[in-house]
Amino acid sequence: MAIPLLDIRDLTVEFATRNGTVTAVKKVDISINKGETLGIVGESGSGKSVTSYALLRILDRAGRIADGSIVFGGVDVGGADERTMSELRGREMSMIFQNPRAALNPIRAVGRQIEDVMIQHGLATRGNARGKAIKMLQAVRIRDPEQRYHAYPFELSGGMCQRIVIAIALACRPQLLIADEPTTGLDVTTQKAVMDLIVELAAERQMATLLITHDLGLAACYCDRIVVMEKGEIVESAAVETLFASPQHPYTQRLMRATPRLDSQVADLLPADDERRASTKRQPIGPPLLEVDSLVKAFGSAANEVRAVDNLSFTLHEGESLGLVGESGCGKSTTSAMIMRLLDPTSGALTFAGSDIAVISAKQFAHHPLRSKLQMVFQDPTDSLNPRWSARRSIEDPMRRLDQLNRQELNTRVSVLAERVGLPAHLLDRFPHQLSGGQKARVGIARAIALEPKLLILDEPTAALDVSVQAVVLNLLASLREQLNMSYLFISHDLNVVRLLCDRVMVMQAGKIVEEGPTEKLLSEPSHAYTRALLNAIPHPPAQASSIHSSSAHPPVTAL
Amino acid sequence: MTTLTSASTTKEGALRRFVRHLLYVMTDNPVTAVAFALFVLIVIAALFGPWLVPYNPLATDSSSTLQAPSWQHWFGTDHLGRDVFSRVVVATRLDLMIAVTAVAIAFVVGSTLGAIAGFYGGWTDRITGRLMDTIMAFPLFVLAMGIVAAAGNTIENIIYATAIINLPFYARMARTEVAVRRQAGYVQAARLSGNRDWRILAFQIFPNSLPPMMVQISLNMGWAILNAAGLSFIGLGVSPPTPEWGIMVAEGANYIVSGQWWLAVFPGLALMLAVFTFNLLGDGLRDLVDPLRRT
Amino acid sequence: MATMSRTRLIAWRVVQAVPVLIGIVIVSFLLTRALPGDPAAYFAGPAANAESIQQIRVSMGLDRPLPLQFISYVQDLFRGDLGTAISTGQPVIHELTTRLPASLELTGFALLFSMIIALPLGILAATRPNTWVDHLCRAVVTAGVSLPTFFTGLALIYVFYYLLGWAPSPMGRLDFLYLSPPKVTGFYVIDALIDRDLETAWGALSQLLLPAITLGLFTLAPIARMTRAAMLQTLESEFIRTARAAGLPRRKVLFTYALRNAILPVITTLGMVFSFALGANVLVEQVFSWPGIGSYAVEALVVSDYASVQGFVLTMALLFVALNLLIDVIYTLVDPRLNTQE
Repeated sequence: MAIPLLDIRDLTVEFATRNGTVTAVKKVDISINKGETLGIVGESGSGKSVTSYALLRILDRAGRIADGSIVFGGVDVGGADERTMSELRGREMSMIFQNPRAALNPIRAVGRQIEDVMIQHGLATRGNARGKAIKMLQAVRIRDPEQRYHAYPFELSGGMCQRIVIAIALACRPQLLIADEPTTGLDVTTQKAVMDLIVELAAERQMATLLITHDLGLAACYCDRIVVMEKGEIVESAAVETLFASPQHPYTQRLMRATPRLDSQVADLLPADDERRASTKRQPIGPPLLEVDSLVKAFGSAANEVRAVDNLSFTLHEGESLGLVGESGCGKSTTSAMIMRLLDPTSGALTFAGSDIAVISAKQFAHHPLRSKLQMVFQDPTDSLNPRWSARRSIEDPMRRLDQLNRQELNTRVSVLAERVGLPAHLLDRFPHQLSGGQKARVGIARAIALEPKLLILDEPTAALDVSVQAVVLNLLASLREQLNMSYLFISHDLNVVRLLCDRVMVMQAGKIVEEGPTEKLLSEPSHAYTRALLNAIPHPPAQASSIHSSSAHPPVTAL
Repeated sequence: MTTLTSASTTKEGALRRFVRHLLYVMTDNPVTAVAFALFVLIVIAALFGPWLVPYNPLATDSSSTLQAPSWQHWFGTDHLGRDVFSRVVVATRLDLMIAVTAVAIAFVVGSTLGAIAGFYGGWTDRITGRLMDTIMAFPLFVLAMGIVAAAGNTIENIIYATAIINLPFYARMARTEVAVRRQAGYVQAARLSGNRDWRILAFQIFPNSLPPMMVQISLNMGWAILNAAGLSFIGLGVSPPTPEWGIMVAEGANYIVSGQWWLAVFPGLALMLAVFTFNLLGDGLRDLVDPLRRT
Repeated sequence: MATMSRTRLIAWRVVQAVPVLIGIVIVSFLLTRALPGDPAAYFAGPAANAESIQQIRVSMGLDRPLPLQFISYVQDLFRGDLGTAISTGQPVIHELTTRLPASLELTGFALLFSMIIALPLGILAATRPNTWVDHLCRAVVTAGVSLPTFFTGLALIYVFYYLLGWAPSPMGRLDFLYLSPPKVTGFYVIDALIDRDLETAWGALSQLLLPAITLGLFTLAPIARMTRAAMLQTLESEFIRTARAAGLPRRKVLFTYALRNAILPVITTLGMVFSFALGANVLVEQVFSWPGIGSYAVEALVVSDYASVQGFVLTMALLFVALNLLIDVIYTLVDPRLNTQE
C-alpha cells in the first residue's frame, strides 16, 4: 500500500473554556490517499469541523492540538512553523466553508481575492494575475467572468459565492481539498451543482477531497470511504459499499436508519422496538377545512411590483396532511404567514372552517375565536422561544390568553401536554438555553397544540435539527396528528421529509404552484420539469444491501 | 464544540445561578469588583455626605485661606478658607442627582419613543427618526449650552438640557433592539397565542431588550455627569457658593498657575472617579448580561 | 438592486443633508424665541431702556406672528445677519468669522493627534489580546472617557507650565513677543510657515500643543475603543478564516483583509467623536484662554449676550453638518456595498 497523502494519528484537540478544558476531538486516526474522496459524517458536536481546522492549523485561539501527529505529504503539520504552514495552506491543501457569502471578504472584488492567493503562492504575477483569475472563474462555471471579476460578494447568489470560494481554494491546484459542509444552507438544486462541480474539478486535478457533512446521503453519493464521528471520536470507518451493506457500530446504524430514504416510511426512521414510532395508519379525509382562493401578496410600489405569492389557490381537507415544497424565495413562507394571519394578503380569500378570515386584519385576528384553531410550529426552535421564559411559561401562554383557566387547571394541562410531546416534567422549569434542540422543538410543539388547533402549519419544523432528532420529532408529529385529529400544512424545502408526513404535495416555484398531486404519484411520476429537477437533486443513501450506484443523484463515476 | 452546552444542564435556582455568575464576573475581572465597591462608596457619599464631613461646606474662614492639604484639612482649604474635602463629598449628591434625573428622563422618554418607532415602523419611525436626527445634528454639548442659555440659567434647565441631548441615544438603541426582535420566532408565536400588540411589546420584546440598554444607561451616566459638570464649569446652572464639582474646578482654575493645585485637583479627581466608576460598571454589566458569557 | 454610480451617490448624500439643515434652522430659531419673558428685553441686554427694547422688538420682528418671524429670521440668515453682539457692538457674524480659524486650528490639530495615536493603538491591541499593548489600550480608553477635559487641561498646565516650565503661559494663541503671521489660512502655525517665519511658527505651535493634547486625549478614547472592537470582530469573521486557509501571509490578512473592513465602523464613529470634540472644544478654549468661538460664547453667556450665543450654536451645528457630510462621503467611497436603499 502506498504512503497516504494525509496521515492523522491520535489527533486530540482541546479547547480552553470557563469550565475547564474540553476535549473536542479524541484520538482520531484518519488517512487519505492521493485522489481519494473521504467523507467525515457526524451530527453537531461530533468534532468533525474541528478536525479539519486542526489539519490546517487554523483553530481559534482557545483551541490547541493536545496530542497526536498530522503528516501531510511527508511534512509534519503539527510541528511545522508558521511559514511552512503558510506555504502549505492554499498551495497544497485548501478549504471551502459553509456559509459561502460570509467566507468572502465583503469589500474586495471577488477576482482580486482569487488573485491574492495565486500571487501569494507564486502562480501568477501582478501582470498576468487578472487573466488567470478570469480563467479560474471560467473553470468554476461562472458566466460572464470578465464582468464577475469586478463583482462584490453581496452582488452574487449563495451558489455563486460558493463557486468563488471553490475558485480561491483550487486556484493553486492543491493536492487536498477540505470541504466543510460546503452545501449547507444552499438549495438542493444548487447543492447538486456545487457538489458535481467539486467532484469534477477534483477528478480533473487528481486531487484528494475530504468532505465534512452531517448528511449521510450526500456523503454516500460523493465519497469512496466514510468515517463516522460521534462526540469527538471515530466510531466507524469503512468503504461506502461496506458501510451501507453492514454498519457495525450502533450509532452508525441509528444514523443510517434516521436518514430518510426513497422508500422509507416515517416509522422506519426509528428502530423497530422504539415506542416512539408512529403508526402508519391513514387518516380518513373529511370535508374542506381551509380553502385558499387566488391569494396574492405583492411587495414594492405599483410600478415596481414584485409578487411573492401569485394567485395561489388550493384546498385542505379535515384530517389531511398537505405538503408545500419549494426552494428559498419561492414564496412558501409568505404563504404560511398569510394563512396564519400574521400577514395581510394583497388580495384573495381564505376560508377557514366556513368563515372568510382574509377580511380580518392580522392585528384583529390575534383575539379572534378562530385564532386558537389555527396554530403553527416554527422553523428554529431556539428563536421561537422567549429566552427569558421557562418552558412552562411558554407552553402556558396561549392558554392564558385565549382560554379561561385557573392556576391548577393550567398546571394539569401543561403536564398533559408535556407528556404528550414526550418532554420530561422536570424540564418544564428550565429556560431555553438549558434545553437541547430536540427539547426546545418539543416545547414549541406543545405550545402549538395547547389550544387543540384544527390546522397546524409546520414551517420546516426539523430544518435546524440533527437527523436523529429529526426522526423522533417527525414520528411525534405523525402520532399527534392521529391522536388529536389535526390537519397539517407542512412547509419544507426537502421533498424527502415532506413525503414522510404528507398525503398530498404541492410544488411551488416563484410564487406559483407548478405541480400538485398525491404524494406517491408526484414522486414516482413527476410531470413538471422543476419537480423532476428537485427530485433529481436529492442525494439518497443507497437502499440497504443494494448497489450504491443505483442512486439517481450519483455523479458520473469519477476516475480514482 | 457543542459539547460545552451540556455542562449547563444541571439543575439550579435562577437566583443562585445569577449570584454564581455575578461572582464569576467579579472574580474574572477584579476591575469590575473595584467598580462595584466604588459605586457603593459614591452612593453612600451622596446619601449621607452632609453628615459624614468634618466641616460645614459653606463655612468660610478668613484666617486659613488657601492652605495646602494637611491632617486638619485633608484636601486643603480654598480662597475663602472653606474645607475642600467637605465640599467635595457634599457635592456628590447634587452632581449625582443631576445626572440620575437627566438619564432617567432621557431613558423613559427615549426608550418609549424608540420602542414604539421600532415596533410599528412606517411614519412613527420616520417622524421620531427625524426628530432625533435634528437633535444629533448639533454638537451635543453645544446644544445643551444653547438650551440652558435660552431657557434660563437654572439647575432644572441643566437637567432638561442633559436629558434632551441624551434622548437620541436611548431612542436609537431601543429602536434597534426592538426592531431586531420584531420578527423573532417567539414574537410570532406570541401573536398566535392571542397576544395583542402592546402585550407583545411589553412582555416579549421589551424585557429581552432591557439588558443591552442597562449597559448603555451605565455608560451614559458617566457622560451625563461630565456634561453637567462641564456646563457648571463655564458658569451655567449651579451658582456659588453651592458645592458642585464643576464649579469648584472652575474656581480653582485661577489658582493653578500660582501653584495652589488642590483647589481644582480634588474636585476634578472626584468627578473623574465618579465617571470612571460608571464606565467600569457598564463594562461589568455588559459581562453580566451577555448571554454568550453565561454558561 | 440598482447600484448608483459613485458621483450620484455622493450627490444623494448632499441632498440628504438638506432636511437636517432645515431642522437646525428651526431649532435655532426656537431657541432664540424660547426665552422666558420678553425676548426683546434679553436681546437688548441688561443696560437697555424701554425705548431701545422697543427698537430691538421691531428690528427682530417680535411684534409679528411667529411664522412671519421665522421667515424674516431665515432671510436674515441668508444675508449673514445674526444680530449684534451687545458686549462689543460688532455684528455677531463678524465676531464669529474672525474667531473661527482659532477654533478650527485647535480642533483639527487635536483630532489629528488623537487619530495618529488611537488607530495604531487599537489595531495593536486587537491583534495582540492580553498583552501589554492591549492592557495599555484598555487603560487609555477607560481613563480617556472618564477624564473631564477641563480637568485634564488644568492638570497639564500645572505640570508643564507651573512645575516644569516647559510650556508657555496658557494664554491665547501666540505670546505677545510675536506678531501674528500674515493671514492666509487663518491657522497661525501654517501661516507662519508660509511666511517662512520659523520662530513664529514654533511660538504658535508651542502655544497650541497643550490645548490640542488636552482635547486630543478626550477624543482618543472613543476612536481607540472602536478600532479595537471593530478589529477584534473582523478578525473573528469567517472571511479571515478563508484568507488564512488560503495561505495569505499575516500582513496581508491584517491589512488588506481585516483592517479595510474594520475601518468602516470606525469612520461611522467619527461623527460622534466630532460631536464630542466640538463640545469639549468650548471647555478647552475656556481653560487656555484660546480666542476661538467657544470662549467667545462663554463670555457672551456671562453677560447674557443671547444673539452671540445663538449665533455660536448655529455656527457649530453647521460645522458639524459639514463634518458629517465629509464622513458620509468618505464612507461612500470606501464601502462598495452602499446602494439605493432609501
